[in-house]
Amino acid sequence: MTGSPLLRVEDLHVSYNTPTGLVRAVNGVSFELGREKLGIVGESGSGKSQTGRAILGLTAGAQVRARRLEFEGIDLLNASERTMRQIRGKCISMIMQDPKYSLNPVMTVGSQIEEAFLVHSKTSKREARARTLEMLRAVKIREPERVYKAYPHEVSGGMGQRIMIAMMMIPKPAIIIADEPTSALDVTVQLQVLAVLDDMIKERGMGLIFISHDLNLIASFCDRILVMYGGRVVEECIASELAQATHPYTRGLLNCLPSLDGGQDELPVLQRDPAWLTTPGGTR
Amino acid sequence: MDDSTASGPQSIGPGQALSRNLVKVLGIVASISLTFIGLTAVTFVIGRVMPADPVLAIVGDRASNEVYQQVFLQLGLDKPIYIQYLRYLSQLAEGDLGTSIMTAQPVAEDILRFFPATLELATIATLLGIFVGVPMGVLAAVQQGRWPDHIVRVVGLVGYSAPIFWLGMVALLIFYAKLDWVAGPGRLDVIYDGIVEPATGILLIDAAMAGEWEIFDNALSHLILPASILGTFALAYISRMTRSFMLDQLSQEYILTARVKGIPEWKVIWNHAFRNVLVQLITIIGLTYASLLEGSVLTETVFSWPGIGLYITSSLFNNDMNAVLGGTIVVGVCFVGINLLSDLLYRMVDPRVR
Amino acid sequence: MSAELTLRGWLLAEIPKSKLQARCQRVFISWLSFRRNPIAMVGLLIVASLVGIAAMAPWITASDGLELHLANRLHAPGSEHWFGTDELGRDIFDRIIWGSRITLYIVGLVSIIVVPIGLLVGVVAGYLGGWVDTVLMRLTDIFLAFPRLILAMALVAALGPGLENAVLAIAVTTWSPFARIARAEALTIRNSEFILAARVQGVSTTGILIRHVTPLCMSSVIVRLTLDMAGIILTAAGLGFLGLGAQPPTPEWGAMISLGRQYLIDQWWVPTVPGIAILVVSLGFNLLGDGLRDVFDPKSGT
Repeated sequence: MTGSPLLRVEDLHVSYNTPTGLVRAVNGVSFELGREKLGIVGESGSGKSQTGRAILGLTAGAQVRARRLEFEGIDLLNASERTMRQIRGKCISMIMQDPKYSLNPVMTVGSQIEEAFLVHSKTSKREARARTLEMLRAVKIREPERVYKAYPHEVSGGMGQRIMIAMMMIPKPAIIIADEPTSALDVTVQLQVLAVLDDMIKERGMGLIFISHDLNLIASFCDRILVMYGGRVVEECIASELAQATHPYTRGLLNCLPSLDGGQDELPVLQRDPAWLTTPGGTR
Repeated sequence: MDDSTASGPQSIGPGQALSRNLVKVLGIVASISLTFIGLTAVTFVIGRVMPADPVLAIVGDRASNEVYQQVFLQLGLDKPIYIQYLRYLSQLAEGDLGTSIMTAQPVAEDILRFFPATLELATIATLLGIFVGVPMGVLAAVQQGRWPDHIVRVVGLVGYSAPIFWLGMVALLIFYAKLDWVAGPGRLDVIYDGIVEPATGILLIDAAMAGEWEIFDNALSHLILPASILGTFALAYISRMTRSFMLDQLSQEYILTARVKGIPEWKVIWNHAFRNVLVQLITIIGLTYASLLEGSVLTETVFSWPGIGLYITSSLFNNDMNAVLGGTIVVGVCFVGINLLSDLLYRMVDPRVR
Repeated sequence: MSAELTLRGWLLAEIPKSKLQARCQRVFISWLSFRRNPIAMVGLLIVASLVGIAAMAPWITASDGLELHLANRLHAPGSEHWFGTDELGRDIFDRIIWGSRITLYIVGLVSIIVVPIGLLVGVVAGYLGGWVDTVLMRLTDIFLAFPRLILAMALVAALGPGLENAVLAIAVTTWSPFARIARAEALTIRNSEFILAARVQGVSTTGILIRHVTPLCMSSVIVRLTLDMAGIILTAAGLGFLGLGAQPPTPEWGAMISLGRQYLIDQWWVPTVPGIAILVVSLGFNLLGDGLRDVFDPKSGT
């Protein structure tokens, strides 16, 4: 991590009031993000998506509290909605899982990307259009003019995600949160989309929070890894040192991944220890 | 790089496109024709079900045998039933809806005279329903679970559940009799009758064109109450459906995307969610307009509004079957026509269907 | 265990031991879900009250609502006549109570006609498909193409005014949506494996339709029926208002409004009170229908 951190999260809690009681989706998460690729890995219900949403202030109906939730010194926790609206898109952005659902079906691709640009800069429509086409080219879309006029249902999944990337990157945010960006794509397409994402992040010196359930993917793509379980961070390590992880949950996950050089009789089942839900922090 | 588009503007020869569209159009035409034929069959059957003797209705019960026979043959009642039906169809095709027993005029002419009044009423009521009902529905959806939502839902439910003729009567009682805010039943005060030339048949337009502003005022005063009553009914339905559609859209993922972009909330609601609702609303509005044609029957009766509804009901009381059936067919045709139009419009507006 | 011996325990048991128990359990669980919706409960209350009032009419009314007391004409609502008296001196409260029987009669009769016909047409069309489907659906579409009230009016005009004719006319104009719903369900079920299993076992088509397909369509049809009931009541009231329904002196609510119309200005209660009755009952059915739909088909509601 070089320089001062872009994002500081300290003791983040996100809870929901449900008819059956209080649900703690995020239960005391702390980390810092610099100009690097941070992966958050965990199973469904581990709170990883909620963490991402909480940073953007988009957890409707939830109670969010933290000791510190700061972006470049700006307090995100107590910020007014107006401040948050300026931060969203321009400073912190988010890519979602499935472009079939995350793109507006009745607006053309071009107009959606332009909107992302125009909301944060007062320029002419012509300028916005030019930037949009430039952006489409930057995500390696070969016929930007045609795609500009197309509707989301007319493009493939891989292209849809690249459109999503273009849309979220056009206001030049400092941080991008990618919530399962490749989970809805075929494996071959996944690599292409990730390549585009990687290029852009390197080029602009951005910070990335990559949320996924795929440990392998995160290990190969990210610089640092956070493992979440039950709303807490149970392990934090550098990606290259993943094999030396110490927390039993992480070890369990690693053991669950079948390796090509074989030697396993039975695929082990993850043994869960309820103590992981209450012991503070990971192993640092 | 994977640049292939899943589906989209594909290049097919112009001949292929033409024949494909032609088949589609033919299919639709065939479908509509069948529905119309069905409509006419139903009215024809109803006309035959009538226990009263149609000949007697024309000649009276003191006519001589020869006159009776004459009219009997004239009406073609001696021919087998399918011939009679075909005769009926050909008459309809020519626009001949028979003659009214009451007015001794061709039913078609009578209907043409009365129709614009109903059109005027239904249009204003629908506009009311749209301009009040849609924002109500959006408000209720955005404020789901809170007071505005509850109020909108209750208002909608009551508007939906109240007998429209009773609502009209109560409105007359309160706003006309007790408060004197609006004019009473009828379309125009008697003193203004016949002054304005019926150019379009729609009084408001005719009066405005003639520059007769006093008459315009009076006509408006008469129009407000029945249009509001019908409008309440339209409003109830439209707000209910708008709310339902909006709630559905607001829970979609693309709304989250829009918020992530940093767009102000009102834009998220109107430019994103509502735009997706608009498409569905077209069908709803079509349905509403069509059902108002029906609702006007009772409203016109209460307000003595000289439209097609009143025409059908008075014909009914006078046992003027030709008029009743003629009116039924015309309204039925309009009903089908409006539904068809809204379906077409829907296809044009929704990019996914194209 | 003592838990099993109580009714509630029986209804909530994990594994039902008989078909009857399974059925009762389904109903009970639906009831629990329904009970959580306060608005639906209000609807249920209204409808239940309607039935109760109609049943107990002889005991809660002072008269049969038909006798004339011309000396008593047009009395305002007061302690002696809770809703006042009408133009012929009849107690309006009593007439409303007796009128509830007529409302139930209409609703019940229409339902009995419409549900079997709609189910029959829909299930046969959906299951058999092909030209049978096309023909039957054309037929359904034709009736759907007409605005309800106007077609009913035309029918009653032809048949002559009267309660039974009105019921028939309403039934004719109301059955179409049920056929559509039943058909939609039948189409979904048609290719299920248990239907295939039944066919392999040699069950005749009629048997399949009656014992397997139809019961599965019932819940959607019932929900739609409840939602439509308000519309049926309003149509019946409309016909009554036009003098095409029950004939005087029968205390049908719509007819009461029509007869009292001329007294609207000075004796407002005469036509107004029956309208309130219609409004309340119609509202009750709408609320009930909404609640049922939320329980049985939550995706289509809100």
